[in-house]
Amino acid sequence: MGQDNFGKMKSHSEPGPGDGGKTGSWRVKRPIIDLTVCIPAKSGKVACFACWMYCPDGVITRTIPPVIDYEYCKGCEICAEECPVNAIEMVEETQFADKEG
Amino acid sequence: MHVIESGNVAAATGVKLARTQVIAAYPITPQTPLTEKLSEFVSKGQMTAQYIPVESEHSALSVCIAASSTGSRTFTATSANGLLYMSEQVHWASGARLPIVMCVVNRGVGAPWTVWNDHQDSISQRDTGWIQMHACDHQQILDTVLKAFMVAEKVSIPVMVCYDGYLLSHSYMPFEIPKQEDVDRFLPSFSSDCKLDPEHPLNQNTVTLPDVRPDIHGNMSPGYMEIRHNLQQDLICSLDVVKEVEDRFKGIFNRGGSPFIESYLCEDAEYVAVCMGSLSYQLRDVVDQLRNDGQKVGVAGVRLYRPFPNQAVIDAFSGKKGLVIFEKGISYGNQGPLFTDITSALYQVEERPFAHNYILGIGGREIKTQDLLDTFRKSIQSGRKNEIKTEWIGLKL
Amino acid sequence: MFVFAFDMETEFIWEKHFNNLTTNGNQMQQSTIQIRWHGRGGQGAITAAKIVANAAFFSGYNGAVMIPTFGTERRGAPVLTSLKISKEKIYDLSPIVNPDIVVVLDYLLLEEKGTLDGLKEGGMIIVNSPKTPEEYSYGHITVATADVTSIAESVGLKRGIVNTGIIGAFSKASGLIGIDILSEKIKDEFRDIKPEENAEAARLTFAKTVVGGK
Repeated sequence: MGQDNFGKMKSHSEPGPGDGGKTGSWRVKRPIIDLTVCIPAKSGKVACFACWMYCPDGVITRTIPPVIDYEYCKGCEICAEECPVNAIEMVEETQFADKEG
Repeated sequence: MHVIESGNVAAATGVKLARTQVIAAYPITPQTPLTEKLSEFVSKGQMTAQYIPVESEHSALSVCIAASSTGSRTFTATSANGLLYMSEQVHWASGARLPIVMCVVNRGVGAPWTVWNDHQDSISQRDTGWIQMHACDHQQILDTVLKAFMVAEKVSIPVMVCYDGYLLSHSYMPFEIPKQEDVDRFLPSFSSDCKLDPEHPLNQNTVTLPDVRPDIHGNMSPGYMEIRHNLQQDLICSLDVVKEVEDRFKGIFNRGGSPFIESYLCEDAEYVAVCMGSLSYQLRDVVDQLRNDGQKVGVAGVRLYRPFPNQAVIDAFSGKKGLVIFEKGISYGNQGPLFTDITSALYQVEERPFAHNYILGIGGREIKTQDLLDTFRKSIQSGRKNEIKTEWIGLKL
Repeated sequence: MFVFAFDMETEFIWEKHFNNLTTNGNQMQQSTIQIRWHGRGGQGAITAAKIVANAAFFSGYNGAVMIPTFGTERRGAPVLTSLKISKEKIYDLSPIVNPDIVVVLDYLLLEEKGTLDGLKEGGMIIVNSPKTPEEYSYGHITVATADVTSIAESVGLKRGIVNTGIIGAFSKASGLIGIDILSEKIKDEFRDIKPEENAEAARLTFAKTVVGGK
């Protein structure tokens, strides 16, 4: 009789860092969270996490405070756009280039 | 319980008995009474499905794709230009390996506008990677819907259940409605091992690169070509599943048993008429008359069109003197698609029957039993000669 | 669970009549009784034929199929449907070309092109008409008439509802299916719309149908 393992090649992938290689190098601008403005950081409560929710690459943690994984963040600016209190600023990567070598 | 109802009601009854969970469909003649019946079942509480109203066929199948991706048993139905309007999603559903069942109430395709029956609509979607089954009467419509869900869910490939518009969809004949408990025994509830689940988020069918590449765990994930090759392999292997499901159905309901080719008086026949859909039943009367004249003839109805049952075709037709292939569809610029498939299957056989190809009933043109009789006789008398050209019968030029 | 409620004697009469008229036909046509129904869009000819198909099946005809011919019909335009009944399963779903019986829901349709086309010699016309059968002359064709329009109105149906009454005329004239099972199936079909009145229309028409000589 024939096989019983059908559909074993469905196209699917789990979200997580690294699926497209180390994409941090693609970044032109870097999102920086102002922890004095960020709702969960400021209040110390589990709240908001709009950045975590909207990040298309899943590189922002749902923690207090939220932490961005710059190894993979592509700098798409969606978190900065979605942050309801404008706590995230996009800073030109050139400003870090000298400091980080 | 026996009832006398329309073919569309037979289909709707099958969908209800299958405990379908999500239905999204857009009405189009001659499919309309099927969707109306389903919405009536849901609104009256006779069925617990979600009936999702949509604004087009493209949306209907999109909704089904989304619903099926969450692991629910999903159904839609359409005809002709509606099927073509959802065509992009038809390809998507099979590529995504979603076990959706769709009734295609066969109707000719515009232009010019027609609402009447031929097979051009489902034939035009032949290469989408769906399984295509054809029903010949109301009992088969109902039964095939049930089998379709089981096959689809076993092989993770969507299934079209095709039946002739008007001739079957709007005609009335007796059929048996199986008991719900028997259907439940036949068809277990659907569970998917790769479904959308908020607790375990995943991407499905995003851009897949030409080559394979590692996933986040470092395991190699298939590329587009591997995934499409797997669909082809699984379609070929699903022939076995279609047979298993047919046998299982027969074991419980004591009906059916011919999942690939349904033959009538073919055993000792020298010449066999071949076709799909209700025409194969009309041809039984023609065969009876020719048998009365002493001709050794039979008729074979192809029930499974994709995957094409090549071996069953070889087993059924090698050694015959001639095949007369009647079709309600055409590959414009070439010949009838069933003719192509059958002659291609028989190419490797040494003792090949001759094969003649006739196109008929296009856009609902009445198929007269006398025309079938005359054509069958003419083909037999013409002797052993293959004719590549297709001939149209019933034309009034 | 079959209900054999029809009159064995009338069935016998019909079969004798039927065999007479089809002796020259081939075997296929002999085993199937072909009844073509003509009405106007909205008159309910298809529903009437469906009810008869239902009653036929439950009277023991395993083959009972009804195939409407769909054109671009609208209210008032002539419509037709083919009803074939047989003891065996029916495989041919093509429209009836040579009917044994033509049922006409509106006598004006007798004048329309196609209504009597192909009617077999020795066949039968069952028509909703205020006239008597003697007022019609179609050679070797039996004519049965009933003023279904008036009868239906008299039992409390809206004027113009004739599709249940004509079933009574069919039962009486053809003798194929008993009026009891037909009434039962009428009540099933019209369970939400005056079931008793619709069944009564059929019964009263059955009583008042006049079947002419040849």
